[in-house]
Amino acid sequence: MGFSISVEDGQGEATITLTGELDAAAAPQFKEAIEKVAEAKPQRLILLMGELEFMASAGLRVLIFARQKMGAGVSLYVIGSRGPVLNTLKMSGFHHSVYLQDVYTPE
Amino acid sequence: MQRIDIHPTHEYQGYRIRPGKPYPFGASLVPGGVNFSVFSRHANYCVLVLFEKGSQEPLVEIPFRGMFQKTLTEEPVWGEFRIGNVFTMTVLDLDHEAIEYGFRMDSGFPRAAAGLPAFHRFDPSVVLMDPYARAIGGRDVWGQKPDWQAPFQHRSRVVFDDFDWEGDRPLEIPLEDLVVYEMHVRGFTRHPSSGLDEVEGGTYSGLREKIPYLKALGVNCVELMPVFEFDEFEHSRWDEQQGRWAKMNYWGYSTVGFFSPKAGYAATGRMRDGTMVADELKNLIKELHRNGIEVILDVVFNHTAEGNEQGPTISYRGIDNATYYMLTPEGHYFNFSGTGNTLNCNNPIVRDMVLDALRYWASQYHIDGFRFDLASILGRDPWGGPMANPPLLEALAFDPILGKCKLIAEAWDAGGLYQVGSFPAYGRWAEWNGKYRDTVRRFLKGDPGEAGAMSQAVQGSPSLYQGRGPTASINFFTCHDGFCLADLVSYNDKHNEDNGEGNRDGANDNASWNCGWEGPTEDAGIVSLRERQMKNAMAMLMVSQGVPMILMGDEFGQSKQGNNNTYCLDNELNWLDWSLMERQADYHRFVKNMIAFRHAHPALRSKDHLRNTDYVGSGYSDVSWHGTRAWQPDWSGRLLAFMLCGRHAKGGTARDDFIYVAMNMYWDALPLELPQLPVGMRWHVFANTGMPSPEDVFVPGSEPELADQAGCLIGGRSVLILVGRPATA
Repeated sequence: MGFSISVEDGQGEATITLTGELDAAAAPQFKEAIEKVAEAKPQRLILLMGELEFMASAGLRVLIFARQKMGAGVSLYVIGSRGPVLNTLKMSGFHHSVYLQDVYTPE
Repeated sequence: MQRIDIHPTHEYQGYRIRPGKPYPFGASLVPGGVNFSVFSRHANYCVLVLFEKGSQEPLVEIPFRGMFQKTLTEEPVWGEFRIGNVFTMTVLDLDHEAIEYGFRMDSGFPRAAAGLPAFHRFDPSVVLMDPYARAIGGRDVWGQKPDWQAPFQHRSRVVFDDFDWEGDRPLEIPLEDLVVYEMHVRGFTRHPSSGLDEVEGGTYSGLREKIPYLKALGVNCVELMPVFEFDEFEHSRWDEQQGRWAKMNYWGYSTVGFFSPKAGYAATGRMRDGTMVADELKNLIKELHRNGIEVILDVVFNHTAEGNEQGPTISYRGIDNATYYMLTPEGHYFNFSGTGNTLNCNNPIVRDMVLDALRYWASQYHIDGFRFDLASILGRDPWGGPMANPPLLEALAFDPILGKCKLIAEAWDAGGLYQVGSFPAYGRWAEWNGKYRDTVRRFLKGDPGEAGAMSQAVQGSPSLYQGRGPTASINFFTCHDGFCLADLVSYNDKHNEDNGEGNRDGANDNASWNCGWEGPTEDAGIVSLRERQMKNAMAMLMVSQGVPMILMGDEFGQSKQGNNNTYCLDNELNWLDWSLMERQADYHRFVKNMIAFRHAHPALRSKDHLRNTDYVGSGYSDVSWHGTRAWQPDWSGRLLAFMLCGRHAKGGTARDDFIYVAMNMYWDALPLELPQLPVGMRWHVFANTGMPSPEDVFVPGSEPELADQAGCLIGGRSVLILVGRPATA
């Protein structure tokens, strides 16, 4: 299974949907998307991960990069992550620095 | 402008390389690739071996000397990538997350026979782990049986040091204000009662989940038993009947790599990614710091996991045996560590490695301090003799990067060097005060004539540490080694049968007392006496000048069933049983309040030794000594009382209450005459271990006034703590 990504810009928030397997080969695409989104300076970044099956350490690193790139003032929402992806987020402690939700609910 | 030093100069089987940078040692990420650098004085040949992660077959073996190809023209060209005794090359376009690496080395010396002594043990058939590996694979998930046949067991990995610390710094809490909690990462949350799942239980991440508990307990420093990569399967034994490991190297006092966190302690270990493991530990440290808790690492630099002549070749002995180890004139390993070999710490190369490692942990992991296992070995010369001015200990004391790190010595070794009170300190080193432990234990069990020694102990052992101050003394009555507190009051003798060594291992002299019955009992009198003795010990520790350290589990009174050397047991004896928090709620409440009392009273936390005089004009000396009669101590008895004048707190710079402590280790109740307070002040009862809970202890600040201000009765084997402060209206 491959990887696909789509980006949607809204009012002060950006939504990125990740689908498939986020491995080392796919990570650069994700990183590029983050960099592009950051230019619009949104207040909230929403990552829809319900359809993400797998995330390698390279993918996690992009998430950490996103957290740093957006800065502390920007809220990061990780939505619908499950299974091995959710495990990876928890093991690495990344879930402590984002809003982890099943369905997007702005705080 | 692009850098010109990232262009390859040579090619080898499709890998583009260039001469490397000798510093720093190990594998470092550089623009465009990975730089490798490894020292060997006696090798004349070295090969870099690259593996795809987890694979047994190398991707490529690139020699540091030989025929290569020119990058553009593919002409053959000679190359040698070595500066001095350092082999170094940069490999470009390498996916650092996907590889593991090692080295092969050879020399002109004859091959050493396995099991026989030799100065050099080069063997080019073995792939060697990098001594500077920042991460090590091969034992990624704790207890997961490795493939013993695999030729490369401990596999060096590359780490990306880009962790986001979000402004975190080491806390630099003054040593005298610390309350240290000695703990084992796995043991802390491995027990099912921790409530954590299979993946998180027993890991850095699991420990992080329990930070609120540590904060509530009141400790402000955790001392982690070894977290450098070690092999839990060293000397392991499988129990066929039980279907589990009967023995493992559970404590981890046997280092495989000095720069790498133990992967099996990371929930992310199973991701087999060195950077994720490192980040998990960094996350833990960042979160502990956010909660005001420092991190001290227990570090083992006295020996390695390679054992003696019979042991495995992992790294050091295959890279430069004669440099890394202390050898006898016949080429045998000196064994001052009691584990087979002794790291040659005062060889300049090894000394630099130790310094590099500690600097790395201090700077990249924000570690607040280090406790050195068998530190006296670090003061021996390459032939084993103790030195007056050991270069390594001096270098550590004056190192700029370690300048604010706590340095704590276990001031003895297994070769008979005992330096408590005389460890070369350079004004920086503190010591595990073994004499404090012995004195408190003897006094606690009611040995006669210990009151004088006890008066030294509660002052931070000024006779041992004159000129160094009480902070040179890490005070403890238990640590991982020896009985835990519950066993100290439940067993006269060790019971180490589970270790499979016929009860021969572990210390024989424990200064313990079982309170009348060896081991578990239903006898209510004994049970209650044991609990009181545990409270007495905690009270003595928390009112002593110096730095208190408590052992994980002692705050619940958890037993190890009389085993005083549980180094090899990955089971319930070593796993913290969280259900005891409820079952021992009264005792736990006492411990928490004792710790809170220490934090509340600066008079207990002096940076300098008490002077036994009045130097602020309060009319009371900073500390005064008493017996059953006020002002009349009996140094040869079983009762000791002292009073601290709060005007002298922190050398007279802080204000505190008067504190009066009476410790009666005689078996019967005794009348106490109390010293008189200044006019307007009244004695209040903070703790009285002779009383049943909840009258045994009060929340600091809410102590009730003592009925008779002139005197009271102190129960047998009890500690009474009073605070003198203005009468409440």
